[in-house]
Amino acid sequence: MSALVPNTFKGFGVTLKQVFKKPITQQYPEFKRAVYPRFRGRHRLWRHENGLEKCVGCSLCAAACPADCIRVVAAENTPDNRVSAGERYARIYEINMSRCIFCGYCELACPFDAITLGNDFEISEYNRDDLIYTKDMLLAEPIKQVPVADAELYDTPIPYYKSNS
Amino acid sequence: MHPHELWWISLIKAALIVNLVMGAFAMTTWLERKLLGRMQLRYGPNRAGPKGLLIPIADLIKLVRKEAFYPDSAHELPYIVAPVVSCFTALAAFSVIPWGPGWTIDGYYVAGTVVDVPISLILIFALGSIGVYGFIVGGWASDSKYSILGSMRTCAQLVSYEVALALSVLGVVLMGRSLNLVDIVAKQQATLWFFVPQFVGLCVFLLAGIAETSRPPFDLPEADTELVAGYHTEYSGMRWGLFQTAEYINMIVLSSLCVTLFFGGWHFPWVHSLDRFGPIWFLAKLGIFVCIFIWLRASQPRLRYDQLMRFGWKVLLPVATVNAIVTALLVVWV
Repeated sequence: MSALVPNTFKGFGVTLKQVFKKPITQQYPEFKRAVYPRFRGRHRLWRHENGLEKCVGCSLCAAACPADCIRVVAAENTPDNRVSAGERYARIYEINMSRCIFCGYCELACPFDAITLGNDFEISEYNRDDLIYTKDMLLAEPIKQVPVADAELYDTPIPYYKSNS
Repeated sequence: MHPHELWWISLIKAALIVNLVMGAFAMTTWLERKLLGRMQLRYGPNRAGPKGLLIPIADLIKLVRKEAFYPDSAHELPYIVAPVVSCFTALAAFSVIPWGPGWTIDGYYVAGTVVDVPISLILIFALGSIGVYGFIVGGWASDSKYSILGSMRTCAQLVSYEVALALSVLGVVLMGRSLNLVDIVAKQQATLWFFVPQFVGLCVFLLAGIAETSRPPFDLPEADTELVAGYHTEYSGMRWGLFQTAEYINMIVLSSLCVTLFFGGWHFPWVHSLDRFGPIWFLAKLGIFVCIFIWLRASQPRLRYDQLMRFGWKVLLPVATVNAIVTALLVVWV
């Protein structure tokens, strides 16, 4: 009971001190904090250097997907319509981004490294239909670029985020 | 005592003061968020307008546009009238608070208050008591168990602390020898601002007043983190906004009462020639008290209900009573 009164006033001092410090809030849309290098964001489909798609339409990614958000419809490659390097290619490749949980299992399941998860996380839309990404969208170079932290900072004995917290 | 004031001057003045108080209320919500933010190492609102100054307007638009539903089983008339009563009584208290010495503009006399009644202090307390009805009736008329429990909490707290609040100003009334706020302010300027001789009264008044306006750490009627919302659980839109307005204006009324009763009202210390700018000094003092209220909110944790009741009845009430008796004896014998 005797310490109650001084401790009560101590509290006022603590709050008053904060007023003169700079707020630690990061002003998000203007300031984008760098994501860590292995951050799993928007997917990306890849091509070989000769322009052929890496995806062969095997549907292993769709099978591995826990959220069941990938749809693959395969078709045969023909000599005059060669799309991928393998026997077949993905005629339709869709990812429903509103269902995706960004676990990265598709990336692990893919035998040809055709699909990877990028770093982009600003993928909200006003319309749910716009969140179904087609093959063309996934093959194209992502429009938005997200700042990514230097991998060197993380792959060291004392990672950056540990030495700075 | 005063030269006669024309009725239309009073009317203009009333409109002016109501708008001024509403403006002060808007600024208070902004200041509270901003200051609370800075005390928690945040920025507070900084998107709507420069420094987030337009946030009260954004809030108003949001609240007005929001659907104001009410429960099917609610008692319609009291449900709708309750927030209006609370808000009206809170605003009406400003009619008797003196803003300045009175001015003569272009031959017309303008008094320092809207109305100068001989028992203005009692009027303020009476209006405050009616305002409590708004909170209680609103909770009851919602016909919801959360609301009724919330309004019972509010009722118990406000009734308990009103006793201590009224007793704490008794010392000031005895020293000022008047129930008129204008006379009390004049007496303070003639002798000494009452926060020195009535320091105990000031402490009791502030503590009881914080509880009376249900501000943290006495915000048990609402208790954001523990309860659904208290008596205004079933309110939404601008009806809820009116309750919120009433609470903030009550806080401003209490601060201005504190300034008027203990800190010389609209007077500027020592320099008498500056007294004609009364409203400026009054608002400055008011601002300091509002900041103290916000500071208190940022610093202190909420009381438990039994602590609240024990503090009100076993600490504040005896202290206020002893203060009143001692003041009375000193006033008679010294």
